[in-house]
Amino acid sequence: MNRFEFARPSSVADAVALLSEKHDETSVLAGGTDLLSLMKDFVVEPKRLVSLMAIGELRQLETKGDGLAIGATTTLDELLAAGTANGYSAKWPAVWQAAAGIRSPQLRTMGTVAGELLQRPRCWYFRRGHGLLADRDGESMAVKGDNRYHAILGNAGPAKFVHASSLAPALIACGATAEVAGPKGKRSVAVKELFRIPKAGERETTLAANEVVMSVTLPKPTPKSATYEVRPRQGLDWPLVTASVALELDGKTIKSATIVLGHVAPIPWVCDDAAKLLVGKTLDEKLAHAVGAAAVAGATPLSKNAYKVELAQVAVRRALAAATAT
Amino acid sequence: MELAWPDPKDTTVLGKRILRLDGPDKTTGRAKYTYDTNRPRMLWAKYATCPHGHARVKSVDVDAAQKMAGVVAIEVLAPAGSDLNVAFSEVAIVAAESEEVAREAVRRIQVEYEVLPHNVVDDDPQLAGASAKPGKANVTGDPDAAFKEAAAVSETEVGCSIITHCCMESHGSAVEVAADGKSLTAWCSTQAISGKNGRFANEAEIGDASNAVAICQHMGGGFGSKFDIDAWGAWAAKLSARTKRPVKVMLERDMEIALAGSRPSAFARMRVGCKEDGTVTAWESEAWGSGGNGGGLGVNQLPYVFGNVPNKRTRTTPITTNTGEQRAWRAPSHPQMALLTMAAMSDCAAELGMDELDFFKKNLGYTQRAKVYEEELNLAADLIDWKKKWVPRGDQADVVRHGLGLSIHTWGGGGHDSNVQCTIHPDGAVEIACGTQDLGVGTRTALAIVAAETLGLPLEKIKVSIGDSRLPPSGGSGGSTTIGGISSASRDACVQAANALFEKVAPELGGDPKKLVAKGGKVYAADNEAKAIPWDVACRSVGAQPLVTNGKTQRSLMQQGVGGAQAAEVEVDVETGIVRVLKLVAVQDCGRIIDLLTAESQVRGALIMGVCSALYEERIMDPVTGTLLNPDMEFYKLAGIADVGELVVKMMETPEHLGRGVVGLGEPPVISPMAAISNAVANAIGARVARCPMTPDRVLAAVGKKKGA
Repeated sequence: MNRFEFARPSSVADAVALLSEKHDETSVLAGGTDLLSLMKDFVVEPKRLVSLMAIGELRQLETKGDGLAIGATTTLDELLAAGTANGYSAKWPAVWQAAAGIRSPQLRTMGTVAGELLQRPRCWYFRRGHGLLADRDGESMAVKGDNRYHAILGNAGPAKFVHASSLAPALIACGATAEVAGPKGKRSVAVKELFRIPKAGERETTLAANEVVMSVTLPKPTPKSATYEVRPRQGLDWPLVTASVALELDGKTIKSATIVLGHVAPIPWVCDDAAKLLVGKTLDEKLAHAVGAAAVAGATPLSKNAYKVELAQVAVRRALAAATAT
Repeated sequence: MELAWPDPKDTTVLGKRILRLDGPDKTTGRAKYTYDTNRPRMLWAKYATCPHGHARVKSVDVDAAQKMAGVVAIEVLAPAGSDLNVAFSEVAIVAAESEEVAREAVRRIQVEYEVLPHNVVDDDPQLAGASAKPGKANVTGDPDAAFKEAAAVSETEVGCSIITHCCMESHGSAVEVAADGKSLTAWCSTQAISGKNGRFANEAEIGDASNAVAICQHMGGGFGSKFDIDAWGAWAAKLSARTKRPVKVMLERDMEIALAGSRPSAFARMRVGCKEDGTVTAWESEAWGSGGNGGGLGVNQLPYVFGNVPNKRTRTTPITTNTGEQRAWRAPSHPQMALLTMAAMSDCAAELGMDELDFFKKNLGYTQRAKVYEEELNLAADLIDWKKKWVPRGDQADVVRHGLGLSIHTWGGGGHDSNVQCTIHPDGAVEIACGTQDLGVGTRTALAIVAAETLGLPLEKIKVSIGDSRLPPSGGSGGSTTIGGISSASRDACVQAANALFEKVAPELGGDPKKLVAKGGKVYAADNEAKAIPWDVACRSVGAQPLVTNGKTQRSLMQQGVGGAQAAEVEVDVETGIVRVLKLVAVQDCGRIIDLLTAESQVRGALIMGVCSALYEERIMDPVTGTLLNPDMEFYKLAGIADVGELVVKMMETPEHLGRGVVGLGEPPVISPMAAISNAVANAIGARVARCPMTPDRVLAAVGKKKGA
């Protein structure tokens, strides 16, 4: 990796002040599980790292009315432990199931909640230095090359990678917001709005380079929620597809529903049309199949990843079954 | 004392479950590998490599790297005009004060390339075009007539991707040429330490082998890829000679996966014809695959194991690709040939509607050791509960389906030439010295066991020295030949030593040295244990100087040729395409067993490696750039401990097997897992998954094809 300055501020304001307005000139460091890999491979070469790990207020879980604020630098292990100890995992099953799907002890020990949300794509063209969009002579390398793990949805533009976060779809399904600090002060933004499908020159996040996620807040319990991952290996492995669903039920009738797919598009993929099919209905196998199919309607698989269209439907059906199981 | 192995019923440590002597050193980190070698003033060397699958070097500019503080030496390896046929080919090497500086300097080397056309397609002879060189058809008997008369004819398409050795310790060496330039010490991660001193001496131009020492106390896996010092070992020597400083070259993981050896891919379309009773009468196979840049493909012995099928037509098409060259990979060609053969046999059984176990047994007459396979298949079937759990293909409707599969295999495994020195000191201390190396499998422990058993001493009394070119020479660890060589040579050395000692103490013990035994830390006449002399006391009779004997490999103590049968039990989710291995059973013979525990561990390790190639691992090449897309441990996927299921190992320990002498065990157990798992998946879903690793996309394709059929 390159040589860099290391800053370890003790307040969010100091952290923000130490960050450049330009991406990759400076980088926010939390657990380092993603950033250090990127630096070792010279994919990014920041001149300064700003560690958030000395800012105590960022590393705590705090109940807010019915809701829960999760500090940005809470580690995944701390999140999992708190879920068991305080019953959060029963209030927001989708979120804790997603966290439990991150199987590597190393990632769980060092990795943080905000770091997991904001990790860069795992796209092998990006990771091997071909840029976020892996464009070569105006053509996408992923389209011409090996795209077995790439996007099947939201891939009409130049971005073909998939968003790598497993927590984001679950948090979005449960209606989470992120509290963000920047040079102009603090703002609150829906987690969904943290991400975008980048065009040339853009990042996959809407955050400014000198903004810091302070916490993520789950507004109210969503006990009828679930995450289902299709992940080949039991240990460290990226899911091929995830589906997070959150339902509100009146008896067996579904009053409202959110469905968010992970690892299928350059952003966590919110399936509003599919979710609408559920409203006012009772879940049965036929409806689950229709909803699964609707979730991937309009999918545009690349040369080697049509199987993910099938997997996404399975994940939706299984997440729905898990969310409605008592 | 006789040279022959003692009766298995009478042994104290030989053939028992003995923990590795170096286990505590390894688990605590005290064991030092080549990678751990750090010498005072040592330089790190790193390579600049080619990012294209095929390119011509137009220019190399090392100025910026040269100017960096901490850079000590740079050598251009591929000057302008060089053609590079494989991504990660070496372009230049930089030696620097630290690993970090070396890495950064490498990035500052400017190389201009003319990119040339590449081929990385190894799974389709048509797409590979001129890179595919169809071989001649080999015909035995009259296959056409035999197919015509067959009661059932099956068709199978199956294959496996290129995988790599993936040694946990990458390839490399650290070389220290003395300040006067006249001698050197080299630490080298190698499967063959004897003679390596000469190789390093030659590269460093220090005169001759007598001035050089090569050391390999511990090494992190080789699997057939670490016999030579390789170009990177040569450069460690040359750069050390040039800079008069120690130089370490260890390959980065990406270069390791790209260049340091691979196992060829193999694919085939096959037809098998059989009679109503399951007897196979006809075989036809069209096979292809790639051994990389050097071409080559060793799947020419089809059908595997069932070689004596009377009517056969076979053809093999090697494809040359712009990928790293093949190296011997644990049982070269055998896992691929087992996959192709066992899949075709299993599909024929299914086509006929016969139980796979019965079908395999019906055709054992075509193998070299029918009786052993019958015995081993029966045991494997019992251990996996075949009779209760097996159901015919296509009889399941659940989302998660269950399957069983079988495979059998063979390997040679005679012993290599080895020398072992046994030293008995006048105070009773015993040293065993052998220029062999322990690849992690327990060679050190095996030497101690043989000595302890032969001299009747506890294991801790034996001091073993290995891994040093100054020790009595021993062969490279390849082809499952180490255990035969080192165990028979150490038996020889220790029997000689015991007999020499008996000569000296005989006057005190009734006068006849032939009647003496060494057992339980004592020496005594077999008919008069009451008058035993403790070992240490007996050894005083050696005199002032130690007693030294030299043993050699003894053909009478070893054998070659083993069989093995494996059974797999899997669960397949037909909606996600995810396969889980529930249980693997390995029944294996290896003649006389030296350490039952390390033998079983050897088999377990092989099963785990087999799960990796069956379900997860493959080298993925980029059609766009011709380089690797997964030269890392993130997407070059290996099984984790939770992925391997229950492993059941049954070593054959009947008097008949143990009486054969020692046979090597490194390769045999790794041959069958991929085939057995492929057959189990076919049994579960009623269709053959066309390629290993059986990833979800490939499993779903097989499920879909079956639905469409």
